[in-house]
Amino acid sequence: MIRLDNVNKVYRTERVETLALENINLDVAPGEFVSVMGPSGCGKSTLLNLIGLLDAPSSGNLALDGAAVAKWNDGKLAQFRNEKLGFVFQSFHLVPDLKVVDNVEIPLLYRKTNGTPRRKLAQAALDRVGLASRIHHFPTQLSGGQQQRVAIARAIVGKPRILLADEPTGNLDSAMGDEIMDILHDLNKNDGTTIVMVTHDDRFARRTDRIVRLFDGRQVA
Amino acid sequence: MLANYIKIAIKVLARRKFFTFISLFGISFTLLVLMVATAMIDNVFAPRAPESKFDRVIGVYRIGLHGEHFNSTSNPGYRFVKEYVLGLPGAEATSVFSGSSALAMYHDNRKVETHLRRTDGAYWQILDFDFVEGGPLTESDNANANFVAVMTDDMRTKLYGRGSAALGKTFEVDGQRFRVIGVVRAVPITREVGFSEIWVPIRTMKTREYERQMMGSFGGIVLARKRSDFDALRREFALRTSRFVFEDKTFDRLSAGLDTRLEFAARATLGSQFKGNRALVFRGILAGLALLFMLLPTMNLVSINLSRIMERASEIGVRKAFGASSRALIGQFIVENVVLTVIGGLIGFVLSVAVLSALSRMQLIPYAIFDINLRIFFYGLLIAVFFGLVSGVYPAWRMSRIQAVNALRGGAL
Repeated sequence: MIRLDNVNKVYRTERVETLALENINLDVAPGEFVSVMGPSGCGKSTLLNLIGLLDAPSSGNLALDGAAVAKWNDGKLAQFRNEKLGFVFQSFHLVPDLKVVDNVEIPLLYRKTNGTPRRKLAQAALDRVGLASRIHHFPTQLSGGQQQRVAIARAIVGKPRILLADEPTGNLDSAMGDEIMDILHDLNKNDGTTIVMVTHDDRFARRTDRIVRLFDGRQVA
Repeated sequence: MLANYIKIAIKVLARRKFFTFISLFGISFTLLVLMVATAMIDNVFAPRAPESKFDRVIGVYRIGLHGEHFNSTSNPGYRFVKEYVLGLPGAEATSVFSGSSALAMYHDNRKVETHLRRTDGAYWQILDFDFVEGGPLTESDNANANFVAVMTDDMRTKLYGRGSAALGKTFEVDGQRFRVIGVVRAVPITREVGFSEIWVPIRTMKTREYERQMMGSFGGIVLARKRSDFDALRREFALRTSRFVFEDKTFDRLSAGLDTRLEFAARATLGSQFKGNRALVFRGILAGLALLFMLLPTMNLVSINLSRIMERASEIGVRKAFGASSRALIGQFIVENVVLTVIGGLIGFVLSVAVLSALSRMQLIPYAIFDINLRIFFYGLLIAVFFGLVSGVYPAWRMSRIQAVNALRGGAL
């Protein structure tokens, strides 16, 4: 499902060149739940951004769903992100101007799904994360755990095959973190969604199928 | 998708009230000034009563005599108009008339200030005054030097009191007594040819001296059958004036042209020596000034929009992450700006209507009625869309180039 061969990522400024990822080789099977661990600045989020096509490798090959992505243009990358990928971020990244339900509908907008089915799908996704009663609230009217559940609803509303979660429990207390992990496990087990999750928390990482460890941009396990 | 963009735009605008207020204020105020300016220009140049046939009228309003050492410019004299304009072949009608001169008259021991214009009979066929009493001066009135007059309803009130009829009554002006044969609705002073308060036949002038003057205080107009006849009429006029005899040997060159009102303004602005299409250049200058004027709020909007990109970095990152292409984001941002400017445009229109009607009521320009006609409405709409596109395109392009990963990180854009 996800394959990285000798992937490097270098950030260049006028004076400094930083090697964020070095020679990463990773193969994630369909339906697998993988967690990525390592100290701050080791390249975890960079790895997730590359897999999520939010950033491009400096060298090496990346293939998603069997297709090499290197030569894809902006439109093709956008289409793939829209149809096959879902994102959950540590700081939720909900659009404050939009109601909960409108936030969840965002991925469907770019699929040109019509109004009524779009609203139904968004309501179903919110129902799945237990927030059906909050659809007309604005994000700022919700707790952190509720906001993250909205973010998960947004990530799954388009039924993506791959879910990328960047420290989804990082801003939550342990009880809310458990709730979020339960939802992710449910998606993985019952929908067969492939999940790659960056986390600092060993407790949550141990609940996944496999742990990938990074250190200074290199894969150590 | 478009409906959703508009919905999002309205939500964003409603939630960011201060930004929305600043932007709308800039757009609507600029539009207001432009609409008022356009209405004023329209009031001077657009064909409307009594000059509603003026889309087919060209005239001689100024002439110049030039020599090696001296130049002399003034209105044409009666003789010039008679010899070179009246009876121009191919014209539907031609007319000669004096300028409207301000003078004081005494009526019932009261001093009344007025404007008097002397005309021939054809003047009343080319201009379409709105008569509330009687009828126009005729060519026979002029030929026989009948002491008859047409006056405005406002003048009638000044002389005879509110609600009184004027037909058949007499009044004295400039030492001559005239009988009223017609009353018309008042004309704004911005109508160069139509404006006056009293009109009397030319030949009632005290002396015939005016008949010998090449330069003086007259004007001549030509009503063409259709606008496309203008060129042929101008050629005929040029042929006639090429035979101009310089009685004063100080001069050896004549500058005179048959102009529309706009061309005359262009000639006055650009000078008679200007070669090429004066009216087009004049329109270009006016449009350039308008664009320059609009540049300020546009730059302001661009600047506000660019700073909003920082504020909305997270949203941009999210939209990219969930499948928005650069094109879709540019579209969304432009729609947001067009929605904003159209709302600003509508507010501007409402304000313009209110201000123009207040200006009309205040009578800053006597008898002028300023209103928004469809043509001005169209210009206003065009301006609003221009605002939306110009102020949206550059920020949208900058926004679309933001790397999603940077936007989500909230770092450098």
